[in-house]
Amino acid sequence: MLTVGLFVPCYIEQLYPEVGLATLRLLERHGVRVEYPEDQTCCGQPMSNSGCTTEAKPLAERFLRLFRGYEYVVAPSGSCVSMVRNHYDGFLDGQPGFDHLKRSTYELCEFLVDVLKLPRIEGAFPHKVGLHQSCHGLRELRLGAGSERRVAPFNKVQLLLSELKGIQLVELARQDECCGFGGTFSVNEEAVSCMMGRDRIADHERAGAEIVTGVDMSCLMHLDGLIRRERKPLQVMHVAELLDRAEAAA
Amino acid sequence: MSPTEQAAPALDHAAAAARFVANDAKAHWHDQALWWVRKKRDAASGVVPDWEALRDAAAGIKAHTLSRLAEYLEEFARNAEARGAQVHFARDAAEHNAIVHRILEERGITRLVKSKSMLTEECHLNPYLEARGITVTDTDLGERIVQLRHEPPSHIVLPAIHIKKEEIGELFHAELGTEKGASDPKYLTEAARQHLRQKFLEAGAGLTGVNFAIAETGGVVVCTNEGNADMGSTLPRVHIACMGVEKLVPRRQDLAVFLRLLARSATGQPVTTYTTHFHGPRPDGELHIVVVDNGRSRQLADKVFRRSLSCIRCGACMNTCPVFRRSGGYSYGFIVPGPIGSILAPGRDASAHRTLPFASSLCGSCSDVCPVRIDLHHEIWAWREEIVRRGLLPWPKRAAMKVAGLVLRFAWLYRLTGWLARRLLPALPRGLAYGRWNAWGRQRELPPMPRRTFRVLYRSHRDRS
Repeated sequence: MLTVGLFVPCYIEQLYPEVGLATLRLLERHGVRVEYPEDQTCCGQPMSNSGCTTEAKPLAERFLRLFRGYEYVVAPSGSCVSMVRNHYDGFLDGQPGFDHLKRSTYELCEFLVDVLKLPRIEGAFPHKVGLHQSCHGLRELRLGAGSERRVAPFNKVQLLLSELKGIQLVELARQDECCGFGGTFSVNEEAVSCMMGRDRIADHERAGAEIVTGVDMSCLMHLDGLIRRERKPLQVMHVAELLDRAEAAA
Repeated sequence: MSPTEQAAPALDHAAAAARFVANDAKAHWHDQALWWVRKKRDAASGVVPDWEALRDAAAGIKAHTLSRLAEYLEEFARNAEARGAQVHFARDAAEHNAIVHRILEERGITRLVKSKSMLTEECHLNPYLEARGITVTDTDLGERIVQLRHEPPSHIVLPAIHIKKEEIGELFHAELGTEKGASDPKYLTEAARQHLRQKFLEAGAGLTGVNFAIAETGGVVVCTNEGNADMGSTLPRVHIACMGVEKLVPRRQDLAVFLRLLARSATGQPVTTYTTHFHGPRPDGELHIVVVDNGRSRQLADKVFRRSLSCIRCGACMNTCPVFRRSGGYSYGFIVPGPIGSILAPGRDASAHRTLPFASSLCGSCSDVCPVRIDLHHEIWAWREEIVRRGLLPWPKRAAMKVAGLVLRFAWLYRLTGWLARRLLPALPRGLAYGRWNAWGRQRELPPMPRRTFRVLYRSHRDRS
């Protein structure tokens, strides 16, 4: 049986525990043995992309220590997986187990499609859904082709969603524009960040979405903060929760 | 850290951006105007079957050229001089300006027509020459508009993108005597055309930028849409072409790669209206080529930031950047704004431009549109590290990261801090929870503060199964 180390980003562990639980249930339902190393904290991304490498390095080392024994590491986040895969080199190059860790750390949807090779998720989700393409999942992990590149179109998240019964994926005017979260950017550049977020929300509203989903709860947390402040009827739901509910409903 | 390093930055991007965003209608207009250009770029690149391969080729040619830049510069100068051009080398902006001034002064020229050259903007040539009694007229429509407004360009390809046609109508009414209230673009363009025609005829010299310089032939190539560079280089007897050292390509055939990428990336056109090759002066004229370093060789020596020297100044990274579109070119306080500017500016003066690497959500769209595959968002990230290393991050932000880094090193401390935050925040009166300290909460609600963490849910899940 495939054993996976479950990597739950710090803010999900603290603020959105249901997303972690949905990830766990999904993986187990598909025959994966899941272990959650309880001493994990944070991958170090907020420090690293603020330029504070001194603070990020011990967290990268800690991550390697906790996760190096697993065949695969899976997380419900594109951004944090990208941190491990694309930005740990400066901290961990040459350390035993790092090459394996880098190669075997996956975002959830990517893991379902590329490793478990699920042809589809059997489930139903009779709602109008807008897919927010979180930037790091899209452009750093290449979960999809992206509107900038002239390559054959593909999208691993959309692939899983589109097979659900009753789901209506709405068409956005700007299919993969950034929501403006950007980690510390959301407070450093608060004005632009919020304008970007509101523009994304307006796009989903115009397209008729009831629910906005995506692979990164951080983007959704930012959008949800704006939605709730303005008391809009739109809802956000992490893709793990959406797939878990759809599967449970089938 | 020294007191000079902690002095206020030349321009705080976040503050300037907030001022831009405050005019919601104009900010959205700016965003949509540039998004329209981005969509044109998507369509134009989509009809090239081997677009991604072209980008690979362009990146490869640039990397190769930069790896032996000195050799190609010598080859270029030799071949250009063999064709009768005079090649001048300038170490920095001051030398560049002095060379251009000397050429004009020795020939008694007092009127210069310029066609858009970002390099001369970088060197602040206009004020330098004007202070020495030379009248400089920018002849691209957009450049002329910002010159009449006494402003720098706000975008490297679309210098007047921040100005609405009604504002141009008012400007032209005051400066060129067009009808009051007229804002029809065709009418205004025609007025500018007549006005500029006179300037071309009076000028003693024409100055242009350079898009590509070919080592193998000693020729320079200028790409424009308005034909003004051709007027400026053919009507006056003296043509001065100014270029940064990074404009070189080894062979003429390399243009087959770059010319297909440049206009498509910049404006979504298959090719610029005019692509003019200058190989030596015309029979009765003079061609001066001024080759400028101005910090480029220092950038070339830097193994992280050298790739950004490949930039061909198409502006695609600006058009796609969700932050640029919503903050405007001036919020960057540097002649090249947007993602590429956020890398180039701190390279010139890290302290003055220290906020620019943080003016990005690191969405990565810039890296994916870049025709020469500069890993823009990774270089921006790398600049953040450099800003911290040089002690230029404001101390409250530095301190916050030190505390967060410490808390996250110990699982028990992380759990305790999380527990406290989740219990305390909901208990606070709203006025306090959303006080001035809370930048997140100015326009957004805080996330929910659940009582149980995932670790607790995981344990009960395991107990059940």
